[in-house]
Amino acid sequence: MNKNIKNGVSALTVTTFVLGILVVFLSPFVFMVFTSLKPKEQISIVNAPIWPAAQPKYEYNGEQLDIFTVPLNQCAGFDPNSSASKSLALTKKGRQESTFIDPDDLAKGEFVCAVSWRALDRPWKLSLAWSNYAEVWEKIDFLRLISNTVFYAVVTMLGTVVSCILVAYGFARFRFPGRDTLFIILIATLFLPGAVTIIPTYSFWQKLGLVGTWYPLIIPHFFANAYNVFLFRQYFLTLPRELDESAMMDGAGPLRILWSLIIPQSYPVIIAVVVFHIVFAWNDYFGPLIYLSTAKDNWPISVALSTFNGIYGKQPQMIQAGSLMAIVLPVILFLIAQRFFVQGIVITGVEK
Amino acid sequence: MLEELSKFQKPDSIGSVRTLSPIARREMRTGLSFISPWLFGFLAFTLLPMLATLIFSFLDLKITDGIFSAPKFAGFDNYVHLFQDPQAGINPATWFNSKTPGSLLITIKFALIALPIGTFFPLSLALLMNNKHLKGQFAFRTLFYMPYVVPFVASVFLWGGMLNSESGWVNRALEYLGVAHANLPQWANDVNWVYPTYVIMGIWGVGNSMLIMLASLQGVPTELYDAAKVDGASAWKILWNITFPMISPVIFYNLVLDIIGLFQYFLVPLVVNSGTGRPGGATMFYNLYLYKTFFTYQDMSYGSTLAWFLFVIILLITIILFSTSKYWVYYAGESKS
Repeated sequence: MNKNIKNGVSALTVTTFVLGILVVFLSPFVFMVFTSLKPKEQISIVNAPIWPAAQPKYEYNGEQLDIFTVPLNQCAGFDPNSSASKSLALTKKGRQESTFIDPDDLAKGEFVCAVSWRALDRPWKLSLAWSNYAEVWEKIDFLRLISNTVFYAVVTMLGTVVSCILVAYGFARFRFPGRDTLFIILIATLFLPGAVTIIPTYSFWQKLGLVGTWYPLIIPHFFANAYNVFLFRQYFLTLPRELDESAMMDGAGPLRILWSLIIPQSYPVIIAVVVFHIVFAWNDYFGPLIYLSTAKDNWPISVALSTFNGIYGKQPQMIQAGSLMAIVLPVILFLIAQRFFVQGIVITGVEK
Repeated sequence: MLEELSKFQKPDSIGSVRTLSPIARREMRTGLSFISPWLFGFLAFTLLPMLATLIFSFLDLKITDGIFSAPKFAGFDNYVHLFQDPQAGINPATWFNSKTPGSLLITIKFALIALPIGTFFPLSLALLMNNKHLKGQFAFRTLFYMPYVVPFVASVFLWGGMLNSESGWVNRALEYLGVAHANLPQWANDVNWVYPTYVIMGIWGVGNSMLIMLASLQGVPTELYDAAKVDGASAWKILWNITFPMISPVIFYNLVLDIIGLFQYFLVPLVVNSGTGRPGGATMFYNLYLYKTFFTYQDMSYGSTLAWFLFVIILLITIILFSTSKYWVYYAGESKS
């Protein structure tokens, strides 16, 4: 076989296979969008379509008539041999015979069909309940949740970036006794189970009367964390030292070198950390849950969303609308900054 | 990084403080002041709380006592209780003669299901992504990663909907494929299906591990593959003898973090099954039991005992993993002695 054709067939097979997995993998997103747009009435009906739909009605003489799919060969005034069906509005219910009008042909007036209305199907028509989003927005005061979450994300992002850059610079550029041991301890904290510190830490904040405020969640981020220090340090190590050294000869201090030489060369890794951190903070659930669950005014999106099961137990369209609203920002941020994401993951994941 | 850890400790870069020249002393002061935020944070938010947890486990404390009231010494009472507590499930003797299996056994059972899948699935995806015949690798990589950035609670609700026994798409698809209505799984409400439910929710966020493995696959030098092809090695042989050894550090890293994560598993049962242990006590994981002991029953000292025990287990497993790593994890540039 021609080599090009062979390659083409392989490409088609592999790509189709992966595409198939991807469709299954991403179907929950489609489910979420579909469900979040469903009208309230659709939820309780068995065998309703999976897409957002409503059963249309027809207004006739001031009445809201249900519409049914009627086989025309049963109806007076139609061809008895016809196999077609039509959407007709029901005016009089009956077990043997029901009376309909044709919304497309009102001149024809009411006519009788020899069918039981109960045996007929009602057609479904695409119907998007955008109002679900508005309702959720109002109900949970979404604007306040967003401002709480953005506040948390931005303040802790600043703390993390500044403290991690300083610490990583210290590890990357200065020699001192015990440095390598300290660095190993830093990395080892990645493997430390959170359970072993949470009880005294929580009790400490509680004793200070700060449970219910943002302080227990924000303050620790100003003291660097292993993951981001590692990321920055690995990056700083790839930057040439010669520039640092000549700047030092010219009398520049270490902070000056960091500010005007290292940081301007490190923007890809800084962006990676910023994006990682914002996504982390946006999605953080456990911290806000334990420290803020009694302070409703301070709730971030994650905690407010978790109360939805209680509020909207029987209204999946509202639960999905709320979830959709919560995922929009991290997903968009990821799609915009994915290049930096990938870079950050490669540095931390592969070099370890 | 793991390399450095597995060697445990390299000799420090320079000698003791006493022999330092004035210039080196200044460098030390500057370096230490730059890392001081972490040093302080480590002491305040890691080391001291760890020690406090250990001390609490020998006291009799309730959350209402606070940490500054006069402590009551309890000796080993908490540890004796831990050993006898059927809900903790430390003692194998309690595994079979109580109503529900202990939380430690539940955790281990779930880990044994979730761990192979959590390694195999991202690895297979990464191998597929790395296939030279795949078109649009970049787009696929992005889209497979995407669920990873979905907030945890939102993904629980998403899957709660997808796996709803009546209206969920999964059961609709199963019914469409011919599964009888009565045989459709009840997912999170069914003792036999609750672990698969959790596993499905977990592998949805596989993007991060996949990407790390993919990056590592792309770092394997092509000369190795070329040489093997010249020697006539089969695709399977190449995978087994070149690809796997070359990416073993990343598999190892993934495995270590997975195991540590699985021993601390509790947010999913907390949200999906409201932390009740339903159905049938099958989801009362060790860390969930710990969480409830502290936050619900407000027992600081027993919670600390559970926490310290968990720490020791995880530490032991990590040490065992690192000590076996030299037999199967290959670090380029090191001889395999």
